[in-house]
Amino acid sequence: MQTTTNIENLFRLNRLPHIWCPGCGNGIIVNAVQKAIYESGLDKDKTVIVSGIGCSSRATGYMNFDTLHTAHGRAITFATGIKLARPELNVIVLTGDGDCAAIGGNHLIHAARRNIDLNVIMFNNSIYGMTGGQFSPMTPHGRLATTSPYGNLERTFDICKLAECAGASYVGRSTVYHVQLLVNLIKKAIENKGFSFVEAISICPISYGRRNKLGDAPKMLEWLKEHAVNIKAAQKMEPEKLKDKFLIGEMYHGEAPEYTQLYDELIAKLQKGAEKDVR
Amino acid sequence: MKTKRNAQLLQGNQACSLGALDAGVRFYAGYPITPSTEIAEFMAEELPKVGGKFIQMEDEIAGIGAVVGAALTGTKALTATSGPGFSLMQEIIGFAAMTEVPCVIVNVQRMGPSTGGPTSPAQADIMQARWGTHGDHPVIALSPGSVLEAYTLTIKAVNFSEKYRVPVIFLLDEVIGHLREKVVLPELNELEIIDRKRPTVSPEQYKPYAVDESGIPAMADFGQGYHWHVTGLNHDETGGPTGKADVINQQLSRLFHKLDQYRDEITLYQTFDVEDAEYLLISFGCSTRSSLAAVELLRNEGIKVGLLQLQTIWPFPDHVIKDFTKNKKGVFVVEMNDGQLCLEVERTIGNRDLLSRINKINGELITPQEIIDKVKEVAL
Ligand SMILES: Cc1ncc(C[n+]2csc(CCOP(=O)(O)OP(=O)(O)O)c2C)c(N)n1
Ligand code: SF4
Repeated sequence: MQTTTNIENLFRLNRLPHIWCPGCGNGIIVNAVQKAIYESGLDKDKTVIVSGIGCSSRATGYMNFDTLHTAHGRAITFATGIKLARPELNVIVLTGDGDCAAIGGNHLIHAARRNIDLNVIMFNNSIYGMTGGQFSPMTPHGRLATTSPYGNLERTFDICKLAECAGASYVGRSTVYHVQLLVNLIKKAIENKGFSFVEAISICPISYGRRNKLGDAPKMLEWLKEHAVNIKAAQKMEPEKLKDKFLIGEMYHGEAPEYTQLYDELIAKLQKGAEKDVR
Repeated sequence: MKTKRNAQLLQGNQACSLGALDAGVRFYAGYPITPSTEIAEFMAEELPKVGGKFIQMEDEIAGIGAVVGAALTGTKALTATSGPGFSLMQEIIGFAAMTEVPCVIVNVQRMGPSTGGPTSPAQADIMQARWGTHGDHPVIALSPGSVLEAYTLTIKAVNFSEKYRVPVIFLLDEVIGHLREKVVLPELNELEIIDRKRPTVSPEQYKPYAVDESGIPAMADFGQGYHWHVTGLNHDETGGPTGKADVINQQLSRLFHKLDQYRDEITLYQTFDVEDAEYLLISFGCSTRSSLAAVELLRNEGIKVGLLQLQTIWPFPDHVIKDFTKNKKGVFVVEMNDGQLCLEVERTIGNRDLLSRINKINGELITPQEIIDKVKEVAL
């Protein structure tokens, strides 16, 4: 068992500096994830971090665990294989909004449906950052992107609702402004034995903010501060006041049987009193 | 005395599944598709009994993704599919080749392109097995010609994937996959089972892609404290991404050529009546069987024909082809496609005039008579 006394040990310091632009929100989310791992006391040897492809998914390269940087959209499938093969491992998935909600959307809903014990943290920067600013399923209607030069005609997912409806047993949303909340949600996600999904709303000043004249990084953070409303507070607010706001906090927490546990129970049942294999 | 392994009637797909279990495969993830589905059904039933895991994923991309994930934890893992699913898997087969994660992909070939003939046989994924994913890369592909071979070669496939850390493509075809034959499987204790080489150094000293003279790096299981990084990006010995041209060149050269020194071990084939043969048939998979029947009938008529059955398709056994085609009056490549293997034979022997193609692309088997007619056309 390797619990860590120093959070620095959770980073591959020799891989720094990172590739992210100045003002990018990715570092804040990675820090929140590491803090949650640290405070949850996870065994470093038994924790695996899996990511897809995108700016955000490069995070695994800087984290000092068994780490797996996979293919665009497919992180959850690799994570499913790891978790099912070795249920004793803690498996955390880091993914972008394009990675998770577009090319990987099918894997997201099916992993949620199985309620397999993965912790998926979706970095939502409202854009395809790595490829230079094309719109994603999380780019708000009307926004500019290189592939929506006249304004985005499409609508976004409410990805938290999608995860919940698909069967996730824990769902939360926070932002890179509300870091303590983000850490707490990720800790709860880790604690939850089942599929947990946390949407971390981020900022991409370079490929998104600039094109949409949203200002620099501090300005974008300020926007998050002003437009996020905690779900508990929202319950007491007039709908009128919530019109241009979005909700953060614990969005859903339910009970459901976890997939790898069911599978282990099946194995135990089949092996109990089963005749020795006489092929 | 009752032996464990009595004669039994087995289907090719079942034999492949049994071979996988006996080789130590304990993880299966995939998506159902004819004519491979019996493998998934077998695995769903048998794996949990031996403590293994089966999962039906939402598509074939997810299937191969889960297989690679499981393989990284030290578990031997396999998936099975057919043409359309094999096409979907290509990106992650390349990921497995690049990151050197052992896994086996069974492709029970059916007619293509596209949906083609879901229940009709073909042998037309030869080139896709080699070059289906983008970029240069190493790969091994084996193809069985009988139910017994479906068993024994699956064990080889798993062993090769473990020993050389490559994805191995197991090219069954609809005929062999669905064929039922009486077989007597070898005793379990007669089998050679190979496990991947694991690091003997401490995590601090571990360099995931550093090699000794074997050219194959030692692989730590996830969850053992080695804290290594796996990426499909160009990477250096430490596994971390790199943009340095000389390091990339060195790593990729090793990767692309890591099978070269093992060519003899990897090359599997059988010969029939080749000693005095003046004419040679070259075939594989189900077409081996028609070829063998044709050899017998032609010999009855005094025409000296032999057969070379390739069990290893990739890496292409140039040296074997060269040896057996030497001094022949004619060489015939028998395959259910438009002449894919023939391209490689042509490249190898460099003499087009010596070569004839015997192909069929309508979903029906090549008959012995069709082979006989073609050979006679040339020989008489
Ligand atoms: C199969 C495939 N299609 C497309 C790409 C190109 N690509 C790389 S990253 C990316 C989008 C990344 O956006 P997101 O997931 O939101 O992550 P971000 O970079 O914004 O963190 C795309 C389209 C790819 N690598 N693979
Ligand atoms: S492009 Fe955007 S998401 Fe990517 S590193 Fe730069 S700021 Fe961050």
